[in-house]
Amino acid sequence: MDPAVIDLSRLQFALTALYHFLFVPLTLGLSLLLVIMESIYVMTGRPIWRTTTRFWGTLFGINFVLGVATGITMEFQFGMNWSYYSHYVGDIFGAPLAIEGLMAFFLEATFVGLMFFGWGKLSRVGHLFVTGMVALGTNLSALWILIANGWMQNPVGAAFNPATMRMEVSNFEAVLFNPVAQAKFVHTVSAGYVIASVFVIGVSSYYLLKSKWVGVAKRSFTVAAAFGLAASLSVVVLGDESGYTLTDNQKMKLAAIEAMWRTEPAPASLTAFGLPDLKARQTNFAVQIPYVLGLIATRSLDGKVSGIFDLVAISETRIESGVLAYDALQTLKAQPDNAEARGRFELHSRDLGYGLLLKRYVADPRQADAATIRKASWDTVPDVPLMFWSFRIMAGIGFGMIAFFATAFLLATRRKFEVRWFLRIAVLAIPLPWISTELGWLISEIGRQPWAVEGVLPTFLGASSLSVAQLLASIVGFTLLYGGLAVVEVGLILHTIKKGPFAQQQAFAAMQAEGAPAAA
Amino acid sequence: MILPLDYPTLRVIWWGLMGVLLIGFALTDGFDMGVCALLPFVARTDEERRVVINTVGATWEGNQVWFILGGGAIFAAWPLVYAASFSGFYLAMFLVLSALILRPVAFKYRSKRPNGAWRTFWDWALFVGGFVPALVFGVAVGNVLLGAPFKLDGDLRSTYSGSFLGLFTPLSLICGLLSVAMLLLHGAAWLGVKAERGPILDRARTYGTIAGGFSLVLFAVGGLLIAFGPFGFRIVGAADPGGFSNPLRAVVAAAPGAWLGNYGRYPWMLIAPTLGFAGVAAALIGLWKRSEPLALAASSISAIGIISTVGLSMFPFILPSSADPQSSLTVWNASSSHLTLFIMLLVTVVFLPIILIYTAWVYSVLWGRTSAAALRTDPDLY
Repeated sequence: MDPAVIDLSRLQFALTALYHFLFVPLTLGLSLLLVIMESIYVMTGRPIWRTTTRFWGTLFGINFVLGVATGITMEFQFGMNWSYYSHYVGDIFGAPLAIEGLMAFFLEATFVGLMFFGWGKLSRVGHLFVTGMVALGTNLSALWILIANGWMQNPVGAAFNPATMRMEVSNFEAVLFNPVAQAKFVHTVSAGYVIASVFVIGVSSYYLLKSKWVGVAKRSFTVAAAFGLAASLSVVVLGDESGYTLTDNQKMKLAAIEAMWRTEPAPASLTAFGLPDLKARQTNFAVQIPYVLGLIATRSLDGKVSGIFDLVAISETRIESGVLAYDALQTLKAQPDNAEARGRFELHSRDLGYGLLLKRYVADPRQADAATIRKASWDTVPDVPLMFWSFRIMAGIGFGMIAFFATAFLLATRRKFEVRWFLRIAVLAIPLPWISTELGWLISEIGRQPWAVEGVLPTFLGASSLSVAQLLASIVGFTLLYGGLAVVEVGLILHTIKKGPFAQQQAFAAMQAEGAPAAA
Repeated sequence: MILPLDYPTLRVIWWGLMGVLLIGFALTDGFDMGVCALLPFVARTDEERRVVINTVGATWEGNQVWFILGGGAIFAAWPLVYAASFSGFYLAMFLVLSALILRPVAFKYRSKRPNGAWRTFWDWALFVGGFVPALVFGVAVGNVLLGAPFKLDGDLRSTYSGSFLGLFTPLSLICGLLSVAMLLLHGAAWLGVKAERGPILDRARTYGTIAGGFSLVLFAVGGLLIAFGPFGFRIVGAADPGGFSNPLRAVVAAAPGAWLGNYGRYPWMLIAPTLGFAGVAAALIGLWKRSEPLALAASSISAIGIISTVGLSMFPFILPSSADPQSSLTVWNASSSHLTLFIMLLVTVVFLPIILIYTAWVYSVLWGRTSAAALRTDPDLY
C-alpha cells in the first residue's frame, strides 16, 4: 500500500481526534460542575446560584455542540479511513462503540435539549435531574470510548479466527473489565474535571480582577477550587495507576517514555532529564534519580523494568514465531480442515501480529531474511524523544495543577478573593491543562505505534485502500471546516464571558420592555 | 459456549434491528432534516425562522443519535459492511459528515448574535445540514441497490474501484430525490403539529403537498426501474445461514430482476411497498384536510414502508458488489461472531426500551405548538 496513504490517514485521524478532544474534556468536567452548582441552587433556593448555573450552562452549550459535531466524524472515520482495521477487530471494537450510543450518548443528547429549554417547564428538582442525566451520559460515554481504546492498548478476551480472517470475542467480561481501560477511564475523566475547574477558576478570576460580577465569580471560584483539587489529585494518582498497568502490558511504551535503552539492575533509576538520541540509541546528558522508576513502575525493590534493547530482542523472536503463524494461516486459508496446520497456527497465533509487521517490507512475511526481521523488530520502538518530552511536560503540568488548586482552595476557604497575583496566574493558566491532555493523548496513541492494536494489528495494515487525492480532499476539507468553527466558537465563548452572567436576562428584559421580539 | 439463540436467527434479528435503527433515524431526525431543508422557504422573517427552528431546537440532538447509533451498531454487528461501505463511499460520507457537523453548530450559534448576516448564514447552514444528508443517504441507498464496485481479497481487505461522480446514476438519483421528497413531506407534517397555525403552516402545507406528489411518482418510477432494469443479485446454490462470516465462501451472480424475487416467494412482503404508497397518499389527505396528526402519522408510515421496501427487496443481500459479485455482503456472510451478536442483542433489549421511555418523556415535557408569542416570553428559546 502507498505509504503516503497511511501517513495521511494517520494525520487525519490525529487531527480530528485531537480536535474533538479539545471540547470533550471540558464537557465532561463542566457537566459535573453544573450538577454541583444546580444542587446548591435547589438546596438553598437562592437566585444567584441559578444565575451561576445558567451562565456556565451557556458556555457548556457552546462547547458541547462542537464536541458532538466533531464526535460524529469519529464514529464513522474507522470505517472510512481504517476499513481493514474495522473488519479485523470490529467484532470486539464495534461493541463498546455501539453500547456507548445505546447507554450514554442517547442519554446525554436527549436530555441536553431539555436542560437548555426546560428551565420554565420543569420543577427545580426535575431540572436538576435532567442536568444530572446529561452529566451521567457524558461520563458514561467516556467510559465506553475508553473501554474501546483500552482494548487497542491491551487486547484481552479475543482470538484470531482463520475462517473469518479477523479477531473475534472469546471473553466479553475480559474486554469489559480490562484493567488498562479502567485506569485510563478514571485518569481521563479526572483530566476533564481539571480542565473544567481551571476554566471556571480562570474566568472567575478575570471577573474578580475586573471587579465585575463578583458574587457569581466568588461562588464559581470556590466550587471549582474544591472540585479541581480532588480532580487534580485523582489525575496524578490514577495516572500513576496507568503507568503501573503499562509495566504489565505495554513495556515498550514505558521504556520509551523513560528513554530507557538498557535494562538496569532493580530498582531502576528514573531519568529526570536527558536528550534521547534515536539514531545512536542512547540518552545524552541524562540526569538520573536512583531507584525511583523501579519503585513507581513495579511497586517493589526487586522488580525489573525492561529496557528498549531487551524488548526489541523479544520482538525479534516474536516476529520469527509470527512468520510460522502466518505460514500456517496460508495453509488454513486453502485447506480449512487441515489439522496439522491448525495445530501449528494455535501454537504461534499470539505472535501473528508480529509476523504482519514484516508486510511493511515484503509482501509475504515468509520471504523476509534475518536483516529484515531485525529491522522490523526495531519498528516496535515508538518515537522515544517525543514520548520522553511529552510525558515530562504532561506530568509537570499535572503536578503544577495540584499546587494551583491547593492554593486556590486555601484562598477560597479563607475568603481571600483579592490576591491579584494568583488571579492573574489563574487567567494565564487556562490553556495549560489542554496542553497536558492533548499530550496525554499523544503519549497513549503514539506510544502504541507501530500498532493499531498492540501486538495484533500493525497500523499500516489497518488503513483503507484510498487514494492520496481522496485523503487530501478530506484533510483540507476538515481543516477548513474545523478551523472556521474553532474561530467562531472561541469568539462566542469570549463574547459570552465579556457580556457576563446577567447578559441574557438583561437583554431579554430590555426586549420585553420594548415589546419587540427578543433575541436571546 | 452454548447460546440460547442460534446464529442464523441472530443474524436475521440484527438485520431487522439495523432496519429499526434506520427507520428510527428517518422518523425522528428525518423531520429535523425536513424542517431544516424547508426553513428558508416556509419561514421568511427572522421571527418565523425562529418559530420553525424551535419546533426541533430542543430535540434534534437526541434524534441525531439514531444516526450515530446506526453507525456504531453496523460496526458492531456488520463490521464488513461498515468497512466496505464507508471507505467505498468515502467522499460522499465526507460530504454528509461536513453537513452534519454544521448542523449542531448552526442550531446553537444562530441565536447567539442578533446580526442579520450572521443569522442568514446559519439559516443556510441548517438548510445544507438538512438537504445534503437527505440527498446523499438516498443516493447511497440507490448505490446499494445497484451494487457497489468493491472487491475483497483473500485477507478480506476491501478495495473500491468506483469514483465519486460514478455514484450518481439514474436509479441512485431517483432514490436520492425520493429520500429528499419523503423527508420534506415528513418535515412539513412535523411543522403541522409543532408550529403555530398561520403563514408558516400554509406554506408548509404547500411544500408538503408538492413533496408528497413527488414521493409517489419517484417511488413508483424507482419500483418500475427495479422491476425492468438490469438490477439484482442472487446467491448461486444453497446459502449457508449459519456459516462463517466470510463472503468468499459463497457464490453470487448478478441476476436482473432478482430484487423482485422475494415478493413472489413471500407475498406478505408486499405490505412494505403498499404502506409506502398508502402512507404518502394518506399524508396528502391529512395535509389537504388540515388534519395535522393524520399527516404526521401517515408520513411516518410512508417512511417505514419505503425503507422496508428496500431492505426486504434485497434480503439476504446487504451490500452487493457490482465489480465482483463474489465479494457481495449478505446477512449470512458479513455479520459479527455469534457471541458478539448475542451480547449486543442483550444490551439492545435492555437499553432500547429505556431510550424510548425517556425520549417520550422529554417530548411530552416539550409538548405543544411553538408560537411567535412564546419567543417573547421564554428566554431559553433559540
